[in-house]
Amino acid sequence: MSNMSIFDISGRAMAAQLVRLNTTASNLANANSVSTTKEGAFRALKPVFKTVSGGEGIATVQVSQVVSSQTDPTKRHDPGNPLADQNGDVWDAGVDQAGELVEMMETARQYQNNVQVLQTAKSLTLDTLRLEK
Amino acid sequence: MANNDPLFGLSGDALRLRSQRMALLASNIANAATPNYKARDFDFQKALESAQAGASVDQAAGQSAGYRVPLEASLDGNTVELSTEQTLFAENAVQYKTTLSFLQGRISTVMTALRGE
Repeated sequence: MSNMSIFDISGRAMAAQLVRLNTTASNLANANSVSTTKEGAFRALKPVFKTVSGGEGIATVQVSQVVSSQTDPTKRHDPGNPLADQNGDVWDAGVDQAGELVEMMETARQYQNNVQVLQTAKSLTLDTLRLEK
Repeated sequence: MANNDPLFGLSGDALRLRSQRMALLASNIANAATPNYKARDFDFQKALESAQAGASVDQAAGQSAGYRVPLEASLDGNTVELSTEQTLFAENAVQYKTTLSFLQGRISTVMTALRGE
């Protein structure tokens, strides 16, 4: 038998989805932040999912790293902003807000799926324990 | 057909294989968002036959395992389709429960025989 149980599989997947949800939350929180320079502007954070094999075809998932996204910050003319440079421009954070919201819903859905798997596995395990009655 | 379990017979192997398949389908659901992950499953009928022929549960599941062919290919190379996996997981859970009730019947039969009532 493999040393990875169904509780490990779903539990670790839930942890990975939670990291994803956290990155989405920080991306949305920083979506309206501005910066004086392009380099200093916030870029969306993206988790990288990686399969962790448990042998015999079973596998769970983990976040191997969190990277900055390729979405470029956008320049906006706003001379009244105290962070504006000498041309009166500020850089808006490189966050695709609509994309982040879609990602948030997908994350929630997949988290729920794992919870459901865990619940089913738990009730079947308990049924098996009560077998002799 | 060599039956290696005189008490539980077919149902014992079936329950172990159902549990194995549940872990496999849970892996697919866990990796629903992992790029390049290929969903896997095994042919339960075939696995049960090889388990009855004397193979261990791991061997039986391994021999009859394969990759799922997706209905619609996705760009990131992931072949998990949640609707498919959820349906199969639910079906497998019901079949696990069915096997469990067969075992329950078997146990109560044996218990009746033991008590001699």
